[in-house]
Amino acid sequence: MFIQQLINGITIGCNYALVAIGFTMVFGVLRLVNLANGSIFALGAFFTLIIYTAMQGHFLLSLLCAILATAFVGVMVDRLALYRLRKKGAARVSGMITTLAIATIIDNAVIILFGSQTRPFKRPKDFGNILIGDAVVGKLQIYILLSILAIVLILSYLIYKTKLGKSMLATAQDPEAAMLMGISVNRIISLTFAISAALACFAGSMIGLYYQAIDVTLGTSIGMKTFAAAVLGGVGSIPGAFVGGIVVGVIETFVAVYLSSGLRDAIAFFILIVVLLIKPAGIFGKKVVEKV
Amino acid sequence: MHRRFIGFLALKQKFIILLLLVFAIVLPFTIKNQYIFRLAILSLQWIFLTQSLNLLAGVLGQISLGHIAFYGIGAYTCTILAKNYDFPTWAAWLAAIAVSALFGFALALPTLRLSGYYLTIVTLGFGEIIRLIEINWVSLTRGPLGILNIPKPEFFGYQIKSNIQFYFLMLIILVLSTVLLCRLVNSRTGRAIVATREDSIAAEAMGINIFKYKTMVFVIAAAMAGLCGAFFAQYTNYIDPTSFKSDQSTLLIIMALLGGMGSQIGPFIGAIVLTILPEMIRELMEYRMLLYGVVLLLIMQVRPDGLMGGVNLRYVRQKLLFEKERSKKTAEKGAEAEL
Repeated sequence: MFIQQLINGITIGCNYALVAIGFTMVFGVLRLVNLANGSIFALGAFFTLIIYTAMQGHFLLSLLCAILATAFVGVMVDRLALYRLRKKGAARVSGMITTLAIATIIDNAVIILFGSQTRPFKRPKDFGNILIGDAVVGKLQIYILLSILAIVLILSYLIYKTKLGKSMLATAQDPEAAMLMGISVNRIISLTFAISAALACFAGSMIGLYYQAIDVTLGTSIGMKTFAAAVLGGVGSIPGAFVGGIVVGVIETFVAVYLSSGLRDAIAFFILIVVLLIKPAGIFGKKVVEKV
Repeated sequence: MHRRFIGFLALKQKFIILLLLVFAIVLPFTIKNQYIFRLAILSLQWIFLTQSLNLLAGVLGQISLGHIAFYGIGAYTCTILAKNYDFPTWAAWLAAIAVSALFGFALALPTLRLSGYYLTIVTLGFGEIIRLIEINWVSLTRGPLGILNIPKPEFFGYQIKSNIQFYFLMLIILVLSTVLLCRLVNSRTGRAIVATREDSIAAEAMGINIFKYKTMVFVIAAAMAGLCGAFFAQYTNYIDPTSFKSDQSTLLIIMALLGGMGSQIGPFIGAIVLTILPEMIRELMEYRMLLYGVVLLLIMQVRPDGLMGGVNLRYVRQKLLFEKERSKKTAEKGAEAEL
């Protein structure tokens, strides 16, 4: 029972981790709290579902299409709304409120287009289970875990080893200096948004597959959970977001099983507030000393 | 256009306030339609709520994404006390204010360590936690079913039942709050709060106890929202957690922003426009929240401070009066020279 729940928690947590990594990347580059992240997550899941239903069968292909579409939406969010604010040098809080507006728009557009009721998310096939010890683990869970692990590895390679990733890190550190070094900062920002949205879409589709259902409110609660995950790990830190996501997923699963399933969604906020009170910088975050 | 509007407001301020007050007093006697009455009371309520958020987000500069939670806390406290424990209305209202204020105080405590975004995220989490508690604590709140048949308010033997009475009750609360808020913002305390918003480090260096003022604003804003919640519960007779969703918090922010952050006139403009406008285009009801989102996006693109944000009416008034004086003088001089 314990191991089974642990594995379930890690499966969910990995998905949170992906979304949290996207969130933390955007925060790292722009110092922007992207409140629309959860909505993009739900949008991505709906895209996958719609394309998959339309294409009849090719799940991986429809997932790919949905990821591209969501990434495009992510880039558009930046280009149409945030880019102009940056250019005007508007206060950072305007950026955050803009993402709140975008979240509202996306959520309600999804409701209008696809309805607010829960939609069944059909699995492409029955994956079957395997036994690990006395825990029954779905093969799907293992596929999800492996694919997310692969994505995180590729992403870390991309960020820490390639020139592109280094320019991303440079932009995060100091956009102006990065620009002087010949980095096209706006392109890097767009790319960050694209990656963030793509990750959210992938996680959304996986959650849809895993629960076999999606609805709009999922986006809101996932959005909050990923804040919790990112803050727990230290905002701006990619390994931190990964660990934070898994921890949130595991704690949430245990709370739902051993305490009450009603508390399932509340626990993430609880973690969030406790972390912020005790160690606002998070596990991997560095404490920033404010200079005057 | 915008400049002329503000100039007009600044010069005719007293006249406009008087006119609006007369309008607000006469209005209920001319309304026959129940639905429009409800809309009028709703507008007053939203103005009051927006004022409370405006104090927090505009004057102190701390955006709260879960402000509706205080409203919910007030509504549930008042309802449970008045219905299950037969509290007299004034006691139930006082309790609603006190409990919301207590939560506001609790939420302000993290300001000791946190600032800016982190605190905003905490308010978001706080709002969601309160909503989840309202849904899940079924023995107290009846969960998603909501609470029906909330007793009508009664102040010292005078029962408030009809729409007109509710309207005037809310209007009195609103006028009081407006006067008090204006006095607060223009007082020494208000200046200290604004200084905290503009530059908290400089303010602290000037000897302003930032924590004290932040806590104070949180408590006042929460208490106001709690009071509004108590009114709402007894007016509508029925509450359930859907009235306190995060959508409503977003709506409050949009109202405060449209009117203008930190402005005392802003909440009136924002709340009235955004309460009445969607009702006028009923066919678009389905698109209501979408519309709000678009409005918010546009405000941020065009005028991030809102209509009245960053406008100092006193300054505008003095400047305009001075210019008038000067042009008069030059005209006189010109006339003299011609002679």
